[in-house]
Amino acid sequence: MATNSSNKTKVIYTLVAWTISGMIFFPILWTIITSFKTEAEAISASPSLFMFEWTLENYTQVLARSPYFDHFLNSVIISLGASIAGLLVAIPAAWSMAFVQTKRTKGLLMWMLSTKMLPPVGVLIPIYLLFRDVGLLDTRLGLVIVMTLINLPIMVWMLYTYFREIPHEILEAARMDGAGIKEEILTVLLPIALPGIASTLLLNVILAWNEAFWTLILTAAHAAPLTAFIASYSSPEGLFYAKLSAASVMAVVPILILGWFSQKQLVRGLSFGAVK
Amino acid sequence: MGSITLKQVTKSFDDVNVIKPLDLDIRDGEFIVFVGPSGCGKSTLLRMIAGLEDTTSGTIEIDGKEATSVPPAKRGLAMVFQSYALYPHMSVRNNIAFPLKQAKVAPAVIKEKIEKAATMLNLTDYLDRKPGQLSGGQRQRVAIGRAIVRQPSAFLFDEPLLNLDASLRVNMRLEISQLHKSLDTTMIYVTHDQVEAMTMADRIAVFNGGIIEQVGTPLELYRKPVNRFVAGFIGSPKMNFIDVAPKPGDATHSLGVRPEHFKITTEQGLWQGQVGVVEHLGSETFLHVHVDHIGTLTVKADGDCQAVYGDQINLTAEQAKIMHFDKQGMTIPALSWGGESAA
Ligand SMILES: Nc1ncnc2c1ncn2[C@@H]1O[C@H](COP(=O)(O)OP(=O)(O)O)[C@@H](O)[C@H]1O
Ligand SMILES: [Mg+2]
Repeated sequence: MATNSSNKTKVIYTLVAWTISGMIFFPILWTIITSFKTEAEAISASPSLFMFEWTLENYTQVLARSPYFDHFLNSVIISLGASIAGLLVAIPAAWSMAFVQTKRTKGLLMWMLSTKMLPPVGVLIPIYLLFRDVGLLDTRLGLVIVMTLINLPIMVWMLYTYFREIPHEILEAARMDGAGIKEEILTVLLPIALPGIASTLLLNVILAWNEAFWTLILTAAHAAPLTAFIASYSSPEGLFYAKLSAASVMAVVPILILGWFSQKQLVRGLSFGAVK
Repeated sequence: MGSITLKQVTKSFDDVNVIKPLDLDIRDGEFIVFVGPSGCGKSTLLRMIAGLEDTTSGTIEIDGKEATSVPPAKRGLAMVFQSYALYPHMSVRNNIAFPLKQAKVAPAVIKEKIEKAATMLNLTDYLDRKPGQLSGGQRQRVAIGRAIVRQPSAFLFDEPLLNLDASLRVNMRLEISQLHKSLDTTMIYVTHDQVEAMTMADRIAVFNGGIIEQVGTPLELYRKPVNRFVAGFIGSPKMNFIDVAPKPGDATHSLGVRPEHFKITTEQGLWQGQVGVVEHLGSETFLHVHVDHIGTLTVKADGDCQAVYGDQINLTAEQAKIMHFDKQGMTIPALSWGGESAA
């Protein structure tokens, strides 16, 4: 009887999980479907889920009209560049916070996190003016810098949490064995923390890939990533739902694939130290 | 070479004074054990010697050279941690090779040294395993192997046997003692277990609340403890303390009698009591004897002791081996074991 009732709970949980996933996934599914409709069908008052004439026209038109691959390349460079640059700063920072703690370490961490609560518009004007004056507007380098700064608090926090899980004594053993700080970090800390570092990198690539506020404001044509490419289908000549959907699909598919292949790593990484 | 001199060293964490001003001379080649109850600062002092912890004040000299602020990597000491602290991502071979690689030793020499250490520590079959695939005792050996290959001027051990089960602990204790005999290198060994201290040490430093109460050979501490703390800490089972009414002209406030120095007599003894729990170990028997106005005394008797629960027995002690302590708990040497009156 016990197995019977636990089977029942299992079924219920599974149903709930599927329902919630379905609800989360539905808008994405709708976008994908819309991307294969004609513009007329896309805005029809009684939209159909599958019973319409499937067409690839939106994709060919979008590809013909805008340089998708340039935007794609910009997205790759900006998200990867910002994540790698972030790691270069965050790893030593998290190392010192995790292993050379002082009285103010906790406060510093909280302060760093609190910057994430600041609405980005709050610093929009100064950053815009600064970028204009030093010539960083609409450059990949400029966006890499902004993305690095935006994601740094999260990176430091994530790495700090992973590093805290590593027994102090292993690093101390390295010090006793004659390793300097460089060898200690490169040959002992990094290999042990590799899963955590990979998760941090992945999450930040995704966050930077999807970031739309700064990319829209600081780029025009040259350095515009895929988020700006989507946005370009939403205004000047009116709304084109089907083409907008096609552009969106093309923008999210690469990151969706990356997320799919790395989901195990991501889930493990994001559960932090919860399950050892 | 491996002499270490501590001069007036202290350590504070924030405002908490963990090591009070402390002097200690560690001689080249000796096996010195830091023993004391948990939390008394043994690990902290060891870590200060290692350089893993800053010294708040005072100086540390290694081989006569000032080393107080030399980083750990440059002190030429090796440490074996309680948790072993092996590098989990490296094979046993690479764990042992790590300090040699840091010292830029030639690969051929590294290979040779690893083979030698592995043979010595029975690790030859495990060189390509990861630490996670080894038993506790094997991990301990790897940690020791990693320490010995670089020929440090001294070894520091922080409760290395704590995580091993009892029988393995006895074996490893012997192995470490043998290692000391064959290497002839200074070893500083931290433990809270007085049996480990007594069995392994050339000299023991007894710690209590951030100070060293006494430094001496195991037998010196056993026979001539300077105070009640050392007397009670060294020896197993613990020394019995018996408070006495002060007499004029005699500073004695309490007596100390080790369980093995009691004698059970049929005549009128010094103390009379009722036998409580009896522990038969085969080779010896421990009696817990309740004595009115004094409390429970632990008595070590022969293995074939016939006393049973509830028996009334008389106890005496070899007069010469009774310790006398004054009001402050300090030993009164003249009246105690090894003092003039006993000699
Ligand atoms: N990093 C630290 N920060 C604050 N207090 C510490 C720290 N390390 C040790 N202590 C304190 O110092 C005292 C001595 O600790 P320790 O040297 O580990 O004792 P033992 O090894 O003799 O058991 C303890 O009271 C402990 O709480
Ligand atoms: Mg300790």
